[in-house]
Amino acid sequence: MEGAPRSASPHVICEGDWAVLKRDDVFKAVAVVKRRKIIFEKQWFCLDNAIGHVYGTAFEVTSGGSLQPKRRLEEMNPETKEAGTDNRNIIDDGKSQKLTHDDIKALKDKGIKGQEIVQQLIENSTTFRDKTEFAQDKYIKKKKRKYEAVITIIKPSTRILSTMYYAREPGKINYLRYDTLAQMLTWGNVHAGSKMIVMETCAGLVLGAVMERMGGYGSLVQIYPGEGPVRAATSCFGFPKSFFDTLSEFPLSKVGSVLSGTFSLTSLPSESEENMPVAEDRNRSGDDKKLSIPEVECSPEIAMESSQPEDQEIVESDALDNKAKGTTHNKQKKQEEKKRKLIEAAALLKQKDADGLIVASRFHPTSLLFLLLDLVAPSRPFVVYCQYKEPLLECYTKLREKGGVINLKLSETWLRNYQILPDRSHPKLLMSGGGGYLLMGITVRNENINTNDCLEEPSSKKRKLQEHH
Amino acid sequence: MSFIEYGDMIKEGDTAIVFLGHESMFPVKVQHGGKTQTKYGVIRHSTDLIGKQYGSKVTCSKGGWVYILHPTPELWTLNLRHRTQILYSTDISLITMMLELKPGSIVCESGTGSGSLSHAIIRTIAPTGHLYTVEFHQQRAEKAIEEFEEHRVGHLVTVKTQDVCKNGFGVTNVADAVFLDIPSPWEAIGHAKLALKHEGGRICSFSPCIEQVQRTCLALEEHGFTEISTSEILLRVYNVRTISLPMPDLGKTAKDNSNTGVDGGNLSNEDASYPSLQQGTIQFKSGVPLREMVGHTGYLTFATKSLF
Repeated sequence: MEGAPRSASPHVICEGDWAVLKRDDVFKAVAVVKRRKIIFEKQWFCLDNAIGHVYGTAFEVTSGGSLQPKRRLEEMNPETKEAGTDNRNIIDDGKSQKLTHDDIKALKDKGIKGQEIVQQLIENSTTFRDKTEFAQDKYIKKKKRKYEAVITIIKPSTRILSTMYYAREPGKINYLRYDTLAQMLTWGNVHAGSKMIVMETCAGLVLGAVMERMGGYGSLVQIYPGEGPVRAATSCFGFPKSFFDTLSEFPLSKVGSVLSGTFSLTSLPSESEENMPVAEDRNRSGDDKKLSIPEVECSPEIAMESSQPEDQEIVESDALDNKAKGTTHNKQKKQEEKKRKLIEAAALLKQKDADGLIVASRFHPTSLLFLLLDLVAPSRPFVVYCQYKEPLLECYTKLREKGGVINLKLSETWLRNYQILPDRSHPKLLMSGGGGYLLMGITVRNENINTNDCLEEPSSKKRKLQEHH
Repeated sequence: MSFIEYGDMIKEGDTAIVFLGHESMFPVKVQHGGKTQTKYGVIRHSTDLIGKQYGSKVTCSKGGWVYILHPTPELWTLNLRHRTQILYSTDISLITMMLELKPGSIVCESGTGSGSLSHAIIRTIAPTGHLYTVEFHQQRAEKAIEEFEEHRVGHLVTVKTQDVCKNGFGVTNVADAVFLDIPSPWEAIGHAKLALKHEGGRICSFSPCIEQVQRTCLALEEHGFTEISTSEILLRVYNVRTISLPMPDLGKTAKDNSNTGVDGGNLSNEDASYPSLQQGTIQFKSGVPLREMVGHTGYLTFATKSLF
């Protein structure tokens, strides 16, 4: 990022970039650093040779771990266009392949190209000629996948990163499928120039997606639970530094004090205070208990979030990471910078005029929404994600009782992928079982307060808010 | 207001959405002296709308009230006048993400149709991007231009009246993304390739029939596109309901054996948070799917143009 000289074209792979490796449908985000060994899909290599090439270039891994650019493969059809019509005479005796495991290994050890190994396998298959044309095609594809390792280096984007996370680390993003994330961005009307509030525990993926759509225009406040915002996925986008100038963060535990006007500099959380209980009557209904107990199923993944080594598998962490250890002087400077940003964020929130709210967390959504919706201007969309439907049912009911929102909608999207080939088109065998649920709506001015016993406090706050306008 | 920038107050010339409740709404052009009839009576623009805050409740002449909402591409999609079949926000969301649209993107689209997708694209690529949209139907093209101006996004879009299959998009090597919603997209793939930047970009084609998809995929492959993938997205909407189910009367014997009687007082294995309110019934909250849902809009085929 900083310091690395940017070449004239943003389409060229540069040292210091964040890039995504792609092999078939498997992705891995990496920082482009010279002389660093990367392990991807059981192969190791260095990215040195890739620097200077255009994004989208395909590479082949050669022995010694260097990458050689590969032009589009000239389709290597077997010379014999012979094929069977059905499989009535194909018997599985386990002896159709005349090459043994050892033979194949020997070929590989000799450093023979994957392409040639596949050709050898075809030639030594006694049944290949009797297979139907379709079956031959399938056979070749399968072998190619195994022996012809082609790695493409592509530019990170929400499309790529959300697909990657859903496939590789769904637990870290609360099983938020990419099409669900797409709905959130659209229904949240995320665009340049708006003032957004994001509360997420999706490794910073949702935050990154919102940042991409805002393009560095407008302002964005990330509300974070616990000690600090998690942005492992956000850093993978490789956003320019200017994007981060529009981003600030604010602790969830202090939002209440901003709303009630009791927020002050002296009450800023410092590392030691972090775990002190915050007197929040808002949560008196027992919601805070729910908040502090993450699901057992999720907890190992949550624990992984902060530890770097586990992140290696999906995201190559590196020295560019903002968590880098510094001197005490640096630490102090950072503390001050952090405080300055907190004050800024508090000022932004205090105006209670955000243009949208995006929530995607592992927490129960009701109390979060009751708190955060007060920060949003009227006639603005909000979207809440939850992996489960039931908490959103409750949230829907409570919001209806509270008022101040209209057009509430609870929904889910299904995504079906297709194989499209001549005479062989059909839905893919496997589809995702679930990608979570969304509750969305639009804020309005809550003028007619329906006095509901348990909701008196938020309503009176809302009334105060309107008097200011 | 504009479709790409939020405003607080309702102003002369704005397009506002009148929300009557439960999915019933319509757009209105705010004009001094203007009047709008609703089932709750008349809304007088000068006194009831202009100067009011978006999201306010407005009382109509008969005492009923409505909310006035700020326009968004999503609300527009639900309220625009159909000149053609339109794309809805579920598909639009996936298209926007898979085409990697963001501020600054240059996009080519055909056909413009009723402008449902166009508004969503413009919202996403503003303030520095541009949309080149091609519509061969003269009247539809003119109407679209009129709407873009009215919605104050005209500077971000160029509408061309020509046949995209014959004449292409009218631009070359500029686009980051191309979207096709035409009956024979395979005839426009070559033009799409020309419109995309030299370094590459993304393409999406929307077709209702699998035969169209088949031909499009073949054309994409012939033109050297990679990462060709086809998918379909379905929206399931749930009604939130409180349901009560009666407990069956299992008779005296069953009661003695199982200890779970019809009075429902001893259902410790059930969710304790929803106690039965009535004798012999169990209540719970449920997300009930609509009786009917949209089962198919179209297949979305995506692909990448790369340098090689």
